[in-house]
Amino acid sequence: MPSGSIPILKIGPTLLASIQIDLHDTVVDAFQNDILLEIEKSGSRGLIIDISALESVDSYVARALANTAKMAKLMGTETVIVGMRPAVAATLVRMGYYMSGVRTALSLQEGLELQAELLKAAESE
Amino acid sequence: MAVAQTPSEAWEIRIDKEADIIAIRQLVRELTKQFKFDQFASAAMTTATSELSRNVWVHAKSGLARVSVLREGDRIGLEVVLVDHGPGIADLNRALAGGYSTANSLGLGLSGTRRLVDEFKIDTEPGRGTTIVIRKWKKEF
Repeated sequence: MPSGSIPILKIGPTLLASIQIDLHDTVVDAFQNDILLEIEKSGSRGLIIDISALESVDSYVARALANTAKMAKLMGTETVIVGMRPAVAATLVRMGYYMSGVRTALSLQEGLELQAELLKAAESE
Repeated sequence: MAVAQTPSEAWEIRIDKEADIIAIRQLVRELTKQFKFDQFASAAMTTATSELSRNVWVHAKSGLARVSVLREGDRIGLEVVLVDHGPGIADLNRALAGGYSTANSLGLGLSGTRRLVDEFKIDTEPGRGTTIVIRKWKKEF
């Protein structure tokens, strides 16, 4: 299955990927590749992954999301994961998966604000 | 664990490809919604099902998931049984103690999954396979 079902949009300096479907292994791999290619193409310094549509996230998908953020980071792009539902957060922590090192925000709006701060901090360095 | 089960509320899904994991967890998610489990219980049971189905796929390559609705008096619950004839688990105590996972450390092992459900039963024998039963009961507020 191609990752075409996960649209990647460019909003100013930021890429926005909104996950609306249940993720298969093959989709996850394609999604990661597409994201990295899109970062290169657009030169985006920020990536936001919106998971507000996901009602459950297992450890496999959580790890894939964290890895995507690490891959983007290696390219010089900061990732913020936004919109994690309460039940998803509770489930991951109860399982013992903390997604450490991953930046998160409550909403897309807050994610964009955090992203803007990160970009500003990076520029002033 | 004697609980009434009617045949019309039981499903069997074979696991022999990755997409079957998705089908099983979608069925469980739909059932938790149909019976109005709260979102925490729904996510917990759906995720536990996903973790265990993935274990079957990763470790045994094939197996079977049986999903059924449980009725005990006024209580409603969901049960998922996962059966495989894979390698089994040699050191069960260690596997249940947590932080232990073979096969490229996919998943968080059994200990994490166990914390998501109300009942957890495992029967495993090296070389023979593994059967795991999980149950989640709907909470009435």
